[in-house]
Amino acid sequence: MIFNKDSWKEIFDTIKKNKLRTFLSGFTVALGILIFIILFGLGNGLQSSFSMFFTDDQVNTIRVYPSTTTIPYRGYESKRQIKFTNDDVKKIKENFKGKIEDIVIRNTFYTQFSYKQQANGYQVRAVSPGHKEAEKTIIMKGRYLHEGDILNKTKHIVIGRLVEEDLFQKENALGKYIHENGNSWRVVGVFQDEGGDREERNLYVPYTTEQRMTNNDEVDQMIVVYDKNMSYEQSLTLEKELDAYIKNLKIISPKDNRGIYISNTGEEQENSRQFASVLQIIISFIGIGTLVAGVIGISNIMVFVVKERTKEIGIRKAIGASPRSIIAMILQESIFITMISGYTGLVVAILILNSIGDSLMDKYFISSPYIETSNAIWATIILIFFGALAGYLPARKAAKIKPIIALRDK
Amino acid sequence: MIDIEGLNKSYPIGNSSLHVLKGIDLKINEGELVAIMGSSGSGKSTLLNIIGMLDNYDSGSYKLDNVPIKDLDETKAAKYRNKFLGFVFQSFNLINYKTALENIALPLYYQGIPRNERQKVAQEYLKKVGLADWAEHLPSELSGGQKQRIAIARALASQPKVLLADEPTGALDSTTSEEVMDLIKQINNEGKTILVVTHEQDIANMCKRIITLKDGIIMTDMKTK
Ligand SMILES: Nc1ncnc2c1ncn2[C@@H]1O[C@H](COP(=O)(O)OP(=O)(O)OP(=O)(O)O)[C@@H](O)[C@H]1O
Ligand SMILES: [Mg+2]
Repeated sequence: MIFNKDSWKEIFDTIKKNKLRTFLSGFTVALGILIFIILFGLGNGLQSSFSMFFTDDQVNTIRVYPSTTTIPYRGYESKRQIKFTNDDVKKIKENFKGKIEDIVIRNTFYTQFSYKQQANGYQVRAVSPGHKEAEKTIIMKGRYLHEGDILNKTKHIVIGRLVEEDLFQKENALGKYIHENGNSWRVVGVFQDEGGDREERNLYVPYTTEQRMTNNDEVDQMIVVYDKNMSYEQSLTLEKELDAYIKNLKIISPKDNRGIYISNTGEEQENSRQFASVLQIIISFIGIGTLVAGVIGISNIMVFVVKERTKEIGIRKAIGASPRSIIAMILQESIFITMISGYTGLVVAILILNSIGDSLMDKYFISSPYIETSNAIWATIILIFFGALAGYLPARKAAKIKPIIALRDK
Repeated sequence: MIDIEGLNKSYPIGNSSLHVLKGIDLKINEGELVAIMGSSGSGKSTLLNIIGMLDNYDSGSYKLDNVPIKDLDETKAAKYRNKFLGFVFQSFNLINYKTALENIALPLYYQGIPRNERQKVAQEYLKKVGLADWAEHLPSELSGGQKQRIAIARALASQPKVLLADEPTGALDSTTSEEVMDLIKQINNEGKTILVVTHEQDIANMCKRIITLKDGIIMTDMKTK
């Protein structure tokens, strides 16, 4: 019966001649799918924005900053400003050999740069080459700083995409010199960074060059890069060990919460993971909610459709339609309509999602919304299935009532 | 053709029940044209619906063409209705979104007859009821008399053994009624067994036999002329 060509012809006939009914149920299904996919897609977009923010920097790092002590210790007064030096970095590296891969040095200062007529103030980061990985800096052209720059204390500089735009306008910055307080720096690379505009207005120079210019060997910030395969718990242990070691090294009381400041990006990662899963739950709720609303929508329409057709069903039964053929007729029609309109809703929704792209990024933090194909297809299948079920129940009821009662309708 | 003995039918009304048919005995042979008369509420439609397997009965027996008809499930009843019976109703009961031709062809669809043949047979019956030019018209575009003729053509299309008509002229004016009765007589003359429920004496007089019901029993049963 279901695969009978003739019964399909009968269905198409009915569909063609009952346009309003077809439109109503089709529209509900299409709308249900559309809303589901768009909400779900936007939710996904929101989620990927968040994970983008959180994974801007390398995750397997522990950042260590010097600060002032709050507890007097071993003859030292409190309120002592702690300072790291190249020597400290070397000692820590040796002590934690095998557990840590690198200690990246970052000193920050702020200064005015100029090129031809253009001048602007920027933050400069005097770093070791490992900083590229730690900050996930992406080189657009030229190169990053390398060991040679560190050893030779070169006046090489790597500039952000927006710095190039500011200072060089349309010109290519590579190989050109920019000036600062009587120093000239040669641009060896231009980078971009997913961290956003602020990151792309930074400049990178070798830390050794900066130390020579300021005549000291101080280190503002250490970024300790540990083994990627370390678990979150292991990284917490490492953080504690580092804290103890450095406090001992710099003669800071183990009870002092200040003196040095340590932060583990693995922690951020853990937080963002939790946040993402909460977001996922909310999105799923919204998704299931729209699907349920869609199913209720079609159920109502199917009840209405069957009610409207009661008399017709009575007539068909009087002239010899079996209950099965009545059920099949209503089911085939509803499945056909839900399938076509479900598919239409699916395609339209995906087109809309694709056209949204990154346009909502700035205002709503939604970056390129998308939906996994399998999720979209599942949603459509669920709606078709429940649409069919929603048609089946009233159809079965209608097929059971006696023709005289059905004929008396209206 | 129809053999009914001691047929009883009650409708439950709230807690009590309404005894509508009180022991009907009725034999109708092949080729008869029978009018069923009686005042409103006497049980005419109830009797016809039972004969038409649109409704079931409480006690007694009913055989149609020697097949006992009792407590049929809907699937079986549908099959028998399709094979044995044709219905004509007072309110026509055409499917309003189907054309005249499609309405006539519908019983054949439920007999599993292929589309082309259905069209051919439906055309034939359309011609028989004199509406060959109205094939593509929807019921809403037809007059009452025309609708009833389409309904008769539909009832005949499946070549039933018995044609059952419940007040087929009830919604028609007298000239149109006469035309419809002429058509029914013509079909009867070709050998079909027909039962017509009516409360109009003129219509009844055009039949070969008149049965009068009163309060659920057969009062009179006589041949005309
Ligand atoms: N489904 C039903 N439920 C309860 N009572 C019913 C039902 N169908 C008919 N009746 C009652 O049974 C009685 C006989 O009804 P029936 O329709 O057979 O009368 P009728 O002779 O055809 O009358 P009319 O000439 O008005 O059509 C009436 O009193 C009616 O109210
Ligand atoms: Mg009646």
